[in-house]
Amino acid sequence: MTKEELITKLSAIVKPYIQNEEAFKSLNENTDFINDLEINSANLVDIILDIEDEFDIEIDNDSMEQMLSVKATVEIIQKKMNI
Amino acid sequence: MNQTEIIKNTPYQKPFLFIDELTEISEQGITGNYTFKKNEFFYKGHFKNNPITPGVILTEVMAQIGVVCLGIYLLKNEFRLEKKIQIALTSSQVDFFISVLPNEKVTVISEKKYFRFNKLKCSVQMINEKNELVCRGTISGMILF
Repeated sequence: MTKEELITKLSAIVKPYIQNEEAFKSLNENTDFINDLEINSANLVDIILDIEDEFDIEIDNDSMEQMLSVKATVEIIQKKMNI
Repeated sequence: MNQTEIIKNTPYQKPFLFIDELTEISEQGITGNYTFKKNEFFYKGHFKNNPITPGVILTEVMAQIGVVCLGIYLLKNEFRLEKKIQIALTSSQVDFFISVLPNEKVTVISEKKYFRFNKLKCSVQMINEKNELVCRGTISGMILF
Protein backbone atom coordinates (compact mmCIF):
# COMPACT_ATOMS: atom_id res chain seq x y z
CA MET A 1 0.00 0.00 0.00
CA THR A 2 1.43 3.40 -0.98
CA LYS A 3 1.46 6.33 1.39
CA GLU A 4 -1.18 8.06 -0.78
CA GLU A 5 -3.49 5.05 -0.57
CA LEU A 6 -2.96 4.99 3.16
CA ILE A 7 -3.82 8.68 3.51
CA THR A 8 -6.96 8.15 1.40
CA LYS A 9 -8.11 5.36 3.71
CA LEU A 10 -7.21 7.40 6.77
CA SER A 11 -9.17 10.44 5.57
CA ALA A 12 -12.26 8.25 5.09
CA ILE A 13 -11.85 7.04 8.68
CA VAL A 14 -11.53 10.51 10.22
CA LYS A 15 -14.27 12.13 8.12
CA PRO A 16 -17.23 11.32 10.41
CA TYR A 17 -15.48 12.90 13.41
CA ILE A 18 -14.16 16.20 12.06
CA GLN A 19 -15.50 19.63 12.96
CA ASN A 20 -13.47 21.78 10.61
CA GLU A 21 -14.59 21.12 7.02
CA GLU A 22 -12.09 23.55 5.50
CA ALA A 23 -9.12 21.85 7.14
CA PHE A 24 -10.49 18.49 6.04
CA LYS A 25 -10.73 19.61 2.40
CA SER A 26 -7.05 20.45 2.39
CA LEU A 27 -6.02 17.41 4.43
CA ASN A 28 -2.34 16.59 3.99
CA GLU A 29 0.53 15.00 5.87
CA ASN A 30 0.88 17.94 8.21
CA THR A 31 -2.77 18.04 9.22
CA ASP A 32 -3.21 17.79 12.99
CA PHE A 33 -6.29 15.91 14.22
CA ILE A 34 -7.02 18.11 17.21
CA ASN A 35 -5.75 21.55 16.17
CA ASP A 36 -6.74 21.48 12.49
CA LEU A 37 -9.62 19.03 12.17
CA GLU A 38 -10.93 19.85 15.68
CA ILE A 39 -11.62 16.24 16.55
CA ASN A 40 -12.39 15.68 20.24
CA SER A 41 -10.43 13.24 22.38
CA ALA A 42 -13.27 10.71 22.63
CA ASN A 43 -13.57 10.55 18.86
CA LEU A 44 -9.82 10.23 18.56
CA VAL A 45 -10.23 6.91 20.37
CA ASP A 46 -12.87 5.88 17.81
CA ILE A 47 -10.46 6.76 15.02
CA ILE A 48 -7.72 4.61 16.57
CA LEU A 49 -10.13 1.68 16.90
CA ASP A 50 -11.30 2.13 13.30
CA ILE A 51 -7.66 2.19 12.17
CA GLU A 52 -7.06 -1.09 14.01
CA ASP A 53 -9.97 -2.69 12.16
CA GLU A 54 -9.16 -1.22 8.76
CA PHE A 55 -5.49 -2.16 8.77
CA ASP A 56 -5.72 -5.19 11.05
CA ILE A 57 -3.13 -3.90 13.47
CA GLU A 58 -3.01 -3.31 17.22
CA ILE A 59 -2.27 0.12 18.61
CA ASP A 60 -0.76 0.35 22.08
CA ASN A 61 -0.95 3.30 24.47
CA ASP A 62 2.43 4.73 23.48
CA SER A 63 1.60 4.70 19.77
CA MET A 64 -1.83 6.16 20.43
CA GLU A 65 -0.35 9.14 22.22
CA GLN A 66 1.78 9.93 19.17
CA MET A 67 -1.03 9.61 16.64
CA LEU A 68 -2.04 13.26 16.62
CA SER A 69 -1.24 14.13 13.01
CA VAL A 70 -1.69 12.47 9.64
CA LYS A 71 2.09 12.13 9.29
CA ALA A 72 2.65 10.46 12.67
CA THR A 73 -0.35 8.20 12.17
CA VAL A 74 0.77 7.08 8.71
CA GLU A 75 4.23 6.30 10.09
CA ILE A 76 2.82 4.21 12.90
CA ILE A 77 0.46 2.32 10.57
CA GLN A 78 3.35 1.60 8.19
CA LYS A 79 5.54 0.42 11.05
CA LYS A 80 2.84 -1.86 12.45
CA MET A 81 2.11 -3.26 8.99
CA ASN A 82 5.79 -3.65 8.18
CA ILE A 83 5.53 -1.73 4.95
CA MET B 1 -14.48 -1.93 45.68
CA ASN B 2 -18.08 -2.46 46.85
CA GLN B 3 -21.25 -0.67 45.80
CA THR B 4 -21.21 1.82 48.65
CA GLU B 5 -17.66 2.89 47.80
CA ILE B 6 -18.49 3.18 44.11
CA ILE B 7 -21.56 5.35 44.74
CA LYS B 8 -19.60 7.49 47.20
CA ASN B 9 -16.93 8.05 44.54
CA THR B 10 -19.38 9.34 41.93
CA PRO B 11 -19.40 13.12 41.51
CA TYR B 12 -23.18 13.41 42.04
CA GLN B 13 -25.45 14.46 44.87
CA LYS B 14 -29.14 15.15 45.31
CA PRO B 15 -31.15 16.22 43.40
CA PHE B 16 -29.02 14.79 40.60
CA LEU B 17 -27.89 11.48 42.05
CA PHE B 18 -29.85 8.70 40.35
CA ILE B 19 -28.36 5.56 41.85
CA ASP B 20 -29.96 3.59 44.70
CA GLU B 21 -28.20 0.23 44.47
CA LEU B 22 -25.67 -1.61 42.37
CA THR B 23 -26.58 -5.28 42.38
CA GLU B 24 -24.02 -6.82 40.03
CA ILE B 25 -20.57 -5.52 39.26
CA SER B 26 -17.86 -7.10 37.15
CA GLU B 27 -15.15 -6.15 34.69
CA GLN B 28 -17.66 -6.87 31.91
CA GLY B 29 -20.69 -4.94 33.12
CA ILE B 30 -22.85 -3.56 35.86
CA THR B 31 -26.48 -3.69 37.01
CA GLY B 32 -28.13 -1.16 39.28
CA ASN B 33 -31.43 0.48 40.04
CA TYR B 34 -33.14 3.71 40.97
CA THR B 35 -36.64 4.50 42.19
CA PHE B 36 -38.02 7.85 41.09
CA LYS B 37 -39.39 9.74 44.08
CA LYS B 38 -42.80 11.32 43.82
CA ASN B 39 -41.31 14.79 44.33
CA GLU B 40 -38.32 14.75 41.93
CA PHE B 41 -37.59 18.33 40.87
CA PHE B 42 -38.35 17.81 37.18
CA TYR B 43 -41.90 16.48 37.61
CA LYS B 44 -43.16 19.99 38.33
CA GLY B 45 -42.37 21.07 34.77
CA HIS B 46 -42.38 17.82 32.81
CA PHE B 47 -45.22 17.97 32.07
CA LYS B 48 -47.75 20.55 33.34
CA ASN B 49 -49.97 18.63 35.76
CA ASN B 50 -48.82 15.39 34.16
CA PRO B 51 -45.57 14.11 35.71
CA ILE B 52 -43.59 11.83 33.37
CA THR B 53 -39.86 11.16 33.71
CA PRO B 54 -37.97 13.06 30.97
CA GLY B 55 -35.95 11.05 28.47
CA VAL B 56 -32.85 13.07 29.31
CA ILE B 57 -33.20 11.95 32.92
CA LEU B 58 -33.60 8.31 31.86
CA THR B 59 -30.43 8.75 29.80
CA GLU B 60 -28.74 10.28 32.85
CA VAL B 61 -29.74 7.30 35.02
CA MET B 62 -28.29 4.94 32.40
CA ALA B 63 -25.09 6.99 32.21
CA GLN B 64 -24.64 7.29 35.99
CA ILE B 65 -25.14 3.58 36.66
CA GLY B 66 -24.00 2.06 33.40
CA VAL B 67 -21.00 4.16 32.51
CA VAL B 68 -19.84 6.21 35.52
CA CYS B 69 -20.21 3.49 38.17
CA LEU B 70 -18.69 0.88 35.87
CA GLY B 71 -15.87 3.29 35.00
CA ILE B 72 -15.11 3.87 38.68
CA TYR B 73 -15.04 0.12 39.26
CA LEU B 74 -12.72 -0.48 36.29
CA LEU B 75 -10.42 2.26 37.54
CA LYS B 76 -10.57 1.18 41.16
CA ASN B 77 -6.80 1.18 41.59
CA GLU B 78 -6.32 4.64 40.10
CA PHE B 79 -9.14 5.93 42.25
CA ARG B 80 -7.26 5.09 45.39
CA LEU B 81 -4.08 6.71 44.17
CA GLU B 82 -5.31 9.80 42.40
CA LYS B 83 -7.33 12.35 44.22
CA LYS B 84 -9.46 13.68 41.42
CA ILE B 85 -10.70 11.86 38.37
CA GLN B 86 -13.32 13.45 36.19
CA ILE B 87 -15.70 11.59 33.98
CA ALA B 88 -17.24 13.28 30.95
CA LEU B 89 -20.14 12.04 28.87
CA THR B 90 -18.93 11.96 25.28
CA SER B 91 -21.79 10.41 23.34
CA SER B 92 -25.20 8.87 23.75
CA GLN B 93 -27.61 7.27 21.37
CA VAL B 94 -30.79 6.10 23.05
CA ASP B 95 -34.13 4.74 21.84
CA PHE B 96 -37.14 5.04 24.15
CA PHE B 97 -40.01 2.56 24.27
CA ILE B 98 -42.28 3.25 27.24
CA SER B 99 -42.64 6.03 29.79
CA VAL B 100 -41.68 5.99 33.46
CA LEU B 101 -43.94 7.56 36.08
CA PRO B 102 -43.24 8.84 39.61
CA ASN B 103 -42.59 6.05 42.17
CA GLU B 104 -41.45 3.63 39.49
CA LYS B 105 -38.30 1.61 40.00
CA VAL B 106 -36.04 1.12 37.01
CA THR B 107 -33.12 -1.26 36.58
CA VAL B 108 -30.15 -0.44 34.39
CA ILE B 109 -28.13 -3.22 32.80
CA SER B 110 -24.89 -2.16 31.19
CA GLU B 111 -22.47 -4.22 29.18
CA LYS B 112 -18.96 -2.97 28.40
CA LYS B 113 -18.25 -2.76 24.69
CA TYR B 114 -14.74 -1.51 25.19
CA PHE B 115 -12.60 0.39 27.62
CA ARG B 116 -9.54 1.66 25.82
CA PHE B 117 -7.40 4.78 25.94
CA ASN B 118 -9.58 6.03 28.83
CA LYS B 119 -12.79 5.82 26.84
CA LEU B 120 -15.54 3.56 28.12
CA LYS B 121 -18.26 2.61 25.66
CA CYS B 122 -21.24 0.64 26.90
CA SER B 123 -24.36 -0.98 25.58
CA VAL B 124 -27.03 -0.03 28.11
CA GLN B 125 -30.66 -0.95 28.65
CA MET B 126 -33.26 0.01 31.20
CA ILE B 127 -36.18 -2.15 32.31
CA ASN B 128 -39.10 -1.43 34.64
CA GLU B 129 -40.50 -3.59 37.44
CA LYS B 130 -42.62 -5.56 34.96
CA ASN B 131 -39.42 -6.43 33.09
CA GLU B 132 -40.50 -4.29 30.16
CA LEU B 133 -37.84 -2.53 28.11
CA VAL B 134 -37.99 1.20 28.85
CA CYS B 135 -35.05 2.35 26.74
CA ARG B 136 -31.76 1.14 25.37
CA GLY B 137 -28.75 2.54 23.64
CA THR B 138 -25.05 3.13 23.51
CA ILE B 139 -23.38 5.56 25.89
CA SER B 140 -19.72 6.55 26.09
CA GLY B 141 -17.66 8.44 28.59
CA MET B 142 -14.12 9.60 28.86
CA ILE B 143 -11.98 9.59 31.97
CA LEU B 144 -10.05 12.81 32.37
CA PHE B 145 -7.09 12.66 34.69
